[in-house]
Amino acid sequence: MSTQRELDDLVKAGYEAGFVTEVESDTLPPGLNEDTIRFISEKKNEPEWMLEYRLKAYRHWLTLEEPDWAHLKIDPIDYQAISYYSAPKKVGDGPKSLDEVDPELIETYNKLGIPLEEQKALAGVAVDAVFDSVSVATTFREELAKAGVIFCSISEAVHEHPELVKKYLGSVVPHTDNFFACLNAAVFSDGTFVYVPEGVRCPMELSTYFRINEAKTGQFERTLIVADKGAYVSYLEGCTAPMRDENQLHAAVVELIALEDAKIKYSTVQNWYPGDENGVGGIYNFVTKRGDCRGDRSHISWTQVETGSAITWKYPSCILQGDDSVGEFYSVAVTRGRQQADTGTKMYHFGRNTRSTIVSKGISAAHGQNAYRGLVRMGPKAENARNHTQCDSLLIGDKCGAHTFPYIEVRNPTAKVEHEATTSKISEDQLFYCRQRGLKEEDAVSMIVNGFCKEVFNELPMEFAVEARKLLNITLEGAVG
Amino acid sequence: MLSIKNLHVNVEGKEILRGLNLEIGKGEVHAIMGPNGSGKSTLSYVLAGRDGYEVTEGEVLFEGRNLLEMEPEERAWAGIFLAMQYPVELPGVNNMTFLREALNAVRKGRGEEELDAVAFMKLIREKAEVVKLPEKLLKRSVNAGFSGGEKKRNEILQMALLEPKLGILDETDSGLDIDALRIVAEGVNSLRNPERSFLVITHYQRLLDYIEPDHVHVLAHGQIIRSGDKHLALELEEKGYGWILEEAAA
Repeated sequence: MSTQRELDDLVKAGYEAGFVTEVESDTLPPGLNEDTIRFISEKKNEPEWMLEYRLKAYRHWLTLEEPDWAHLKIDPIDYQAISYYSAPKKVGDGPKSLDEVDPELIETYNKLGIPLEEQKALAGVAVDAVFDSVSVATTFREELAKAGVIFCSISEAVHEHPELVKKYLGSVVPHTDNFFACLNAAVFSDGTFVYVPEGVRCPMELSTYFRINEAKTGQFERTLIVADKGAYVSYLEGCTAPMRDENQLHAAVVELIALEDAKIKYSTVQNWYPGDENGVGGIYNFVTKRGDCRGDRSHISWTQVETGSAITWKYPSCILQGDDSVGEFYSVAVTRGRQQADTGTKMYHFGRNTRSTIVSKGISAAHGQNAYRGLVRMGPKAENARNHTQCDSLLIGDKCGAHTFPYIEVRNPTAKVEHEATTSKISEDQLFYCRQRGLKEEDAVSMIVNGFCKEVFNELPMEFAVEARKLLNITLEGAVG
Repeated sequence: MLSIKNLHVNVEGKEILRGLNLEIGKGEVHAIMGPNGSGKSTLSYVLAGRDGYEVTEGEVLFEGRNLLEMEPEERAWAGIFLAMQYPVELPGVNNMTFLREALNAVRKGRGEEELDAVAFMKLIREKAEVVKLPEKLLKRSVNAGFSGGEKKRNEILQMALLEPKLGILDETDSGLDIDALRIVAEGVNSLRNPERSFLVITHYQRLLDYIEPDHVHVLAHGQIIRSGDKHLALELEEKGYGWILEEAAA
């Protein structure tokens, strides 16, 4: 729980991440065609097979149409008006340590409260910072290498670990999966690659901070995480974007693969610019995240705190193929102002004794619209599979909306699916009670909201939980009264 | 300490308090009794600053300050505490967290240092002992699933913690069995001192057996129609309100 002073500072700061860093960029003019893709591939000095992969995806994308089934109102997106490549200019052959990184970039992270310098010293978090489209700083690489863990940008992985990339890229989210994933496969700029070898417990939590900086630059991150047999890795993704008075498209793809007895824990705090009170500006966030529990007894856990973006379209999912595999989804999604979110998960139970847990907490304030959309599918071979879904909505004010769209398909008679849902409102009684005890209204709201989200926050790593609470407090500032 | 003059209050357009006068001095315990619908709870909410209670006339001074201009939390910082008739549940909000947030908010409002976690734990254990609130209830969500008695004890615990100058008890005795009543009353009595005043609002004389008042007032039709010492409460117990109402009407 933050103190009043912290809150005051935060309120004064407004949208603190709303600044633009002046760094010379190497930016492609807007437009999308096969030449654009060849340019990106060439810029990254990619091998032929990678280019072919991109072109195949692009050609397929041309045959697709934008999905329109979500509970969202979206202005048409002009894909030709977007620039598909932007990279900060490199210092020499690229920075070998933080000292070589453009000081202005470091300053950007410092303003965001992500001091790389300190993080180096602070035990536990290795950072692969993605600034616009190219990784500019990677720490803890050596320590990780000792453990045999590969943690690098996906561009590097294409060069240095082509066999792994070829084997796993697109194996969970094929380019044919959906409109946005297909676009990503064609134009993805950069992202993160993680491979944890058999039996290795990754010695630290891995973290990438994404940041969109160039105006009109769509950001197409690609993340691929593979945990080999018996491996464990916890990955943190956090992001903010500077203020821009236009919509920025973000269409990321994240693929997780857990082999036998492996566990992957993936946590996100998302705080992209949501647009102003009238809904002007803000990020369009169309993300495809999917984890594949490929081996028996594997385990994939998604935790997300979504407070930003004008539009969020995101369904981190689990394919439970291995027998006794486990999928989890813990989510807090906040919408206020004119924000819209259509988010949830899909749990595909294929293996025997597979188990999944869904805990979704939606908070709507002001004119925010929040939809939970979840699919639980029990396949014919999913003997004794179990799912428990808990889906709670909290309303603040009377102009917002909460919607729930649960889909349940059961093809095995021994499978069990439970769905619980509640909708509540912060009541005037509760606020008066708290204020009578000396709490300011906004502190009372944040305390009640934090209580509402506790089950999800408990799943976050400690430092992320603190950040998430702080974010929630800023996000809901002034939401009542 | 508290001075209420000619207070008129409307609730949803209907006049509930009609020229109420009351003076409470430092360290005094005043009891307000009265039949249902006489305006007892309205008085407590107006003093605490709840929305929806429109003051149309009169003034309320608390230690010389105009109470009616203050926000509810400012009144709490100034030293007003209302133990509610129906304490609200806050699902998901840990009771300990709530108590600490409240204490530190009040301390801050009073220009005092906030308490750190260690000092707070020590303090809360001491205070919980006074009202015999089991420690496990500190770890649960605020009032969620508490019994009636536990809720009221939690109220008194908060009062003990926040150390108000004026404690208002709004029908704290309602829904309590005799044992719970005694524990709550003992908690209140332990907080009595020459600096702290109480306004005890109650339906029945029973509570006043345990919390002995200096003054007893009868509230009816939005006005105080009779004041006396503790014997007035006993008389009411015996004869009911009818005779006073008749006398007042005459």
